[in-house]
Amino acid sequence: MPKTEFSPSIESRPTYPGLTSQGSAPAIMVADAAGAEALVDLVATDASVMDHAHVVLIAKAPELAAKLTALTPKALHEAPDLDAATPLVTQILDTAKMGTQLYLAGSEGVIGHVSALAFARGLPMEAIQSEHRGSIARRMQCVHCKGITEDVTTDPFVCAHCDLTLFMRDHFSRRLGVFQAVCVDAETPGVVPATEEIRP
Amino acid sequence: MKLALKVTEIEQLSPLVKRFRFEDPKGASLPVFSGGAHITVEMPEGDTIRRNSYSLISDPYDGSGYEIAVRREDRGRGGSLYMHRKLSEGDDITVSTPANLFQLDLRARKHVLIGGGIGITPFLSQLKQLDMEQKPFELHYAARSREEAAGLKLLPKAAHIHVHLSEEGARMDLGAILDGQPMGTHVYTCGPEGLIAAVADQAARLGWPKSTVHSEAFTAPPPGEPFDVVIASTGQTVTVKADQSLLEALEAAKVEINYSCRGGVCGRCRTKVIACEGRILHNDHWLSIEERAAQKDIMPCMSRFKGTRLELDL
Ligand code: FES
Repeated sequence: MPKTEFSPSIESRPTYPGLTSQGSAPAIMVADAAGAEALVDLVATDASVMDHAHVVLIAKAPELAAKLTALTPKALHEAPDLDAATPLVTQILDTAKMGTQLYLAGSEGVIGHVSALAFARGLPMEAIQSEHRGSIARRMQCVHCKGITEDVTTDPFVCAHCDLTLFMRDHFSRRLGVFQAVCVDAETPGVVPATEEIRP
Repeated sequence: MKLALKVTEIEQLSPLVKRFRFEDPKGASLPVFSGGAHITVEMPEGDTIRRNSYSLISDPYDGSGYEIAVRREDRGRGGSLYMHRKLSEGDDITVSTPANLFQLDLRARKHVLIGGGIGITPFLSQLKQLDMEQKPFELHYAARSREEAAGLKLLPKAAHIHVHLSEEGARMDLGAILDGQPMGTHVYTCGPEGLIAAVADQAARLGWPKSTVHSEAFTAPPPGEPFDVVIASTGQTVTVKADQSLLEALEAAKVEINYSCRGGVCGRCRTKVIACEGRILHNDHWLSIEERAAQKDIMPCMSRFKGTRLELDL
């Protein structure tokens, strides 16, 4: 699947300009199944990018893991989902040194979440590279109950925590790595517009 | 905003550096500040008022007084000489409220502070703030000799505070300092321009993101040859004396102009040049190389002029 092109939006909406090799500097790469292809493409432009790279693959996909191992990173770590990957990525970030490059690829949820982890450790956003691949599903935070709903692909949608019907906003919290969602029918309870599939 | 204070302590820290403490005459509490902040001190001499900015070295959370350290510059315009020779304990002194152009980025996981010579001053308040907020940091202070190292008297003894005295063979090794710092570290440098450039260079070589590298090159305006400027709105000609900055000359002539740092780093005093026959001697750290070459803007707090005509949009 190729790199996703998003339609222009507000300033706070993250953009994902794509991955560019920073050579053989120490690196942390985090990708989901769709994002793994972006890593393959990255290596095609410069094989040395894997020399000192820790790769975290967030997917249950042995054939993808084999494909990434063939790129000979310094280490390949696997986790079935974002929750399981979090302590792993946290530990790698905590032991990383200055000059380490961060490459993130895959869904907005993965990119947003890992960016937030790195940001909380003092890494400036400019040092984080990202490329969106695959599902355009979003991690949404309900502004009313603060609960996070994963993999949202429709607008409006129902909050997994408080059951309110929520509008998807382009407002993005870099600290939390989530988009914000607000109640649709706060003023006119029960009046809810038709649900639509979201587009990039 | 201005504060009318009294000089309550003067201490010789080294042959060239003195520490000054200012307090409110009635003992009122002064506005607190953040680490790295400076104040502008007024030095009236004859019919002109010289103003120099100095980093605060006292505890940012302590409103009982402000302290600064001033190095005597024998070839300067006289600001530091005024502080060293004219000022006594008990004198009145007017200072600005603190402003900060050299703030710590508190999102950083760790802070590395590098001070060269009198460039140690902004870090003296910052390290109190870092201690208070319990943020991990290390400080490196480089000076030529023990005798010249005025900061020694002001620095606490601690494992993460390192003193490098080149005369004793302990030169600062920037590669060793910066290499292997944990991800999320920010570095701050204050001191001679060569040191600032060397740190930026080393950090870039080690792949540090630009926004994690901070510096402050705070210098007092240099003296130079006298020159004239024309004020476009009134047609008035203002003469800048050898030991005056352009900003000071404009102020003395009651021409209205903005300022904050008076050291060429904040951008506040930027002024449009309407006509320039000659060469602007840019001494600031604000304008880019292209902007300097264009000679369409000048920073009056630092820069001077050599030529026949300089007209300013004031
Ligand atoms: S007053 Fe700050 S640059 Fe001139």
